[in-house]
Amino acid sequence: MLKLPIYLDNNATTPMDPRVLEAMIPYFTEHFGNAASRNHSFGWEAEDAVDKARKQVADCINANEKEIIFTSGATESNNLALKGVFEMYREKGNHIITVNIEHKAILDTCRHLEKSGAEITFLTPGPDGRVTTEQVEQAIKPNTILISVMYANNEIGCINPIREIGAVARKNGILMHTDATQAVGKIPVDVNIDNIDLLSFSAHKMYGPKGIGALYVRRKNPRVKVTSQIDGGGHERGMRSGTLNVTGIVGFGKACELAASEMEAESKRLAALRDKLESELLKIEESYVNGSIEFRLPHITNISFKFVEGEGLMMGVKDIAVSSGSACTSASLEPSYVLKNLGLDDELAHSSLRFGLGRFTTEEQIDYAIDHVRTAVNKLREMSPLWEMFKEGIDLKSIEWAAH
Amino acid sequence: MAYSEKVIDHYQNPRNIGTLDKSAKSVGTGLVGAPECGDVMRLQIQVNDETGIIEDAKFKTFGCGSAIASSSLATEWLKGKSINDALEIDNMDIVEELSLPPVKIHCSVLAEDAIKAAINDYRAKHGLEAIEDKKKHY
Repeated sequence: MLKLPIYLDNNATTPMDPRVLEAMIPYFTEHFGNAASRNHSFGWEAEDAVDKARKQVADCINANEKEIIFTSGATESNNLALKGVFEMYREKGNHIITVNIEHKAILDTCRHLEKSGAEITFLTPGPDGRVTTEQVEQAIKPNTILISVMYANNEIGCINPIREIGAVARKNGILMHTDATQAVGKIPVDVNIDNIDLLSFSAHKMYGPKGIGALYVRRKNPRVKVTSQIDGGGHERGMRSGTLNVTGIVGFGKACELAASEMEAESKRLAALRDKLESELLKIEESYVNGSIEFRLPHITNISFKFVEGEGLMMGVKDIAVSSGSACTSASLEPSYVLKNLGLDDELAHSSLRFGLGRFTTEEQIDYAIDHVRTAVNKLREMSPLWEMFKEGIDLKSIEWAAH
Repeated sequence: MAYSEKVIDHYQNPRNIGTLDKSAKSVGTGLVGAPECGDVMRLQIQVNDETGIIEDAKFKTFGCGSAIASSSLATEWLKGKSINDALEIDNMDIVEELSLPPVKIHCSVLAEDAIKAAINDYRAKHGLEAIEDKKKHY
């Protein structure tokens, strides 16, 4: 029997892998020591566990373990990267280049830095959601100190040419940061091949626990430093103070190890399931995939079903947990800024659903989801005046809408 | 956000979905909202020219569950009412009946606007001037 509802929102968060939980449990009770306690075995055990996990986390992105700064998650990592670089390299320049479909943890941090005197360039991606090296190159100024471009987008899954953008950054002596929260553990990410100086990621997007993440900070060629945003006992090489979250770190390490070892087979399996879901849903008339199809994470698809509204559709697909680009719940009535910035019409942005598959998604679940979505779209179109007009051949753009 | 039971009921079993002949003299049609706002409601009434009673009402809505429920409820309330009584339907009555949260009040406003627009369309077909909205929302 299929258990409902079916979770297809793995870009929001993932369930913890039982193997991760198993690795964590002893560190709650038996080995509860403070990793900074240097003078007894409780501390040493915790420190050993952290060291092991730090290596697992570093290996996952081909970094050195000394380059991993543990944080509370990708939001904190992004804050530390941007604010930390801005404060540390302020004398060199104040210009940062980023993209307008980044996660809010980047965009809002940039807005914050603007108030402190930073100059920010927000690039607009192409309709496929990707920025080009040319765009980045053209935005570079003498005072540019940092380029921050996400590895893969959280709403549509498109993958940016990070390696090439990183090369541009390096050539110009500018630091390269990437928010790789959606990419690490899903596709190969290598900080050396990809020319990355700083990289944010998080455990809970890869079957690890919530509340733990990391910032990779390059130590050699170039040696990068960030000003700490949380001061205290000087943990994490002085860049992030606070007693280490040992259980979280152990879980993060295990999650990284599992993701790396299973990535190849798992990404193939997920791509096959995603492609099945996508091709079946595209058989529904007037449905469109948003963002790049060629350069995309294997486990995500974002589809607009024209003439039905996303939030209404979500209510109709209550047996599956997905997310919608429509933000009708907020008072602003604004649809997803990511989809809008791709140049999508508001009505298409309002009509979108994001499907995020994961390690525990089965083919049976996908078959159910296909049927469920199809039924809901058909039902809502039956009650959609826009669908009726479309069927009558009326151009919706020719109507003077009484916007409220 | 959790929907109220009544919203869910109207969403799952919408009353009076459909289309009336908008060219008929006895039919008034109101089309309000805009696709880019994520809500479009079309509400139609069929009026008995002699008695002024609304004999049938139909809707189609593009929007969230609350928008669908608001228009579904409106058609239910309209049937059997005189035009004058229909004009008395206030958006806050819909809010109350469906227990709409504050962020969804605009759905009820849209439904009230749709009722007024349908009535005015009917009035225009009979050479009557439009009734002005005395109420200012927000």
